[in-house]
Parts: sequence; C-alpha cells; structure tokens
Amino acid sequence: MSRFSSPTLPPDPSSHGNDEKISSSSTIHKNANPGPLTSPSPVETEALSRAQAGDHRAFAQLYSLHKRRIYSLCLRMVGNVAEAEDLTQEAFLQLHRKIGTFRGDSAFSTWLHRLAINVVLMQLRKKGLSLVSLDEVMEPTPEEGPGRSFGAPDLSLMGAIDRLALERAVADLPAGYRIIFILHDVEGYEHNEIATMLDCSIGNSKSQLHKARLKLRDALRVHSTQETQP
Amino acid sequence: MTQDRDKMSCQEFQAQLPELVGSGQDLAAHPHYQSCALCRALLAELETIAEAARQLFPSVEPREDLWKQIESRMNDEEGADEPPATGASLPE
Repeated sequence: MSRFSSPTLPPDPSSHGNDEKISSSSTIHKNANPGPLTSPSPVETEALSRAQAGDHRAFAQLYSLHKRRIYSLCLRMVGNVAEAEDLTQEAFLQLHRKIGTFRGDSAFSTWLHRLAINVVLMQLRKKGLSLVSLDEVMEPTPEEGPGRSFGAPDLSLMGAIDRLALERAVADLPAGYRIIFILHDVEGYEHNEIATMLDCSIGNSKSQLHKARLKLRDALRVHSTQETQP
Repeated sequence: MTQDRDKMSCQEFQAQLPELVGSGQDLAAHPHYQSCALCRALLAELETIAEAARQLFPSVEPREDLWKQIESRMNDEEGADEPPATGASLPE
C-alpha cells in the first residue's frame, strides 16, 4: 500500500531552511519521506464541494491551501522559477477543468499532487524529453559503469553536505534522473508509483534513481575538492 | 562472472545495487558489504545523499499575483458571455 494513504501530516520542510549544512545519517536507506498527503480539513472539504459547484471563491480558497505545495513541487522538478510559475498556473487550470471529476477515491491533496506531476511530465514531453528513451540514453558508458565507483571514500560526504551544492547538483542532473530522484527521494513516491507515472518499468526507476545518486555523489565530490583547494 | 554472494566482486555487487537498494533489502547482511570497505563507503555516501535530499528544497510560496493570472485564464475559459464569476480574492 502506498504511504500516501496514511493520514499523517508531513513535517514542515522549511524548518530546515536556515541550515546550510545538512547532517548525514548513516542508517541504511529506506525512504521515510511522508509524501504529499495532508489531512483534509473541514475548510478544505467545504471549499472543495463549493468549488465543484462552480464557486470561484471556494476555488480561490483551494488555491490558497495548496499553492505552496504545488508550486514547490513544480520548482523542484524543473528548477526554474518562471517555468514553475507557468506549470503551477497550468496545474490549477487543469484542476479547474477537472475538479468536477474528483470523486474522493483518494485524498484531494494526493489527487491534486498527481495532477500537477502529470502537468509537469506533459510539459517535459512537449519539450522533447522522452522519459522512457532516457533509459536507453543513460545506459552506463564504459567509464560510467559500475566499476567507476572504486576509489577512496570521500569523508567530507560522510559528515555534512552543503545544501546549496546539493541543490545545484540536483538542478544540473539530466531531466530524467532529476525527476526520478525528486519523486523518490524528495517527494517520497515508491518505485511502483513512479513506474506508473512515467510509464516505465520498476527496474528502470530503480536503476535511474541509483544512477542519479551516483551522479550527485560525483558532483559533490568535485565540489568538495574545489572547496578544499587553496 | 560469479553471482555467488560470497565471492562477488565489487563490480558485480555494484551492478546489483539498484535492485538491492530499491528493494529495501538489508544490505548490511550481504557478504560483500561486510567484507568490502570501499563498497560500504560507497553505500554510506549514497545514503547520505538520499537522506540529505529529504531535507532539501524547503517549500516556497509562488509570487502573490499568480492567482490573478490563473483567475483571468479561468474566466477566459468559462466564456466571455458569462458574468465574471468572482473577483474572488484570496482568503487571508
């Protein structure tokens, strides 16, 4: 079952907003991000019902409740403010067109989150990004193969990671890697959910996530080396 | 190439990492993980990155006037002959 069916409130990620360094945890990885679900409040339920009946004030209320999460999602996925604003606008316009079809089979916030992801993916495909073909493009080259990871561990990565360096490294990832990394490691989706959203295999999702993390590791090692040079 | 877990090379182990990590298996119990400091270090670094990612990207507000743009487009889509549906201001 998806973690998104759990009606728990996610922690406020902005509580880490002022930390430039992120402490590491050496526990074996298992994604603990609570994902995009928020508990529906009575205000939301009421607004949803009125918005479905065509009430723009109620729709404005839904926008107010969800704009931050949707805009942040778009910004993470495309890494560009202007584009994220356009995608946020498109997501809420899609919501306006489709809100009457929401039947409450899932939480509204989950439904809207998926809708926004689909808007972003559609836009990326329009721009010529084929997420599936990226699997082929991104098969490891000889120098990128599994063996490339040999070498001394970079102890600087074991202590703390520079937040800005990591954000920059994520933004610099090829789009296919970035999207899977964001969906899995930041947004908390499972591989089977990502595979469905991106119309790729679960194995591809796992493989691209792993390659994305390897690329980030390489980028952070370069950053770390540059930082320590006089 | 051997797939014997006890005799696996680093290359073989790392080739299997996407599946091993993605399936949530306890890698600490893997014979190669236990015997290879380099692969342990690699995994620790990847875990650090994944962990850090969860603390990345604090959520941010879109610019204030984005709603006006959206509302204007909504009105356009609903048709010019209908009365303007709102002037709906955003709730405080």
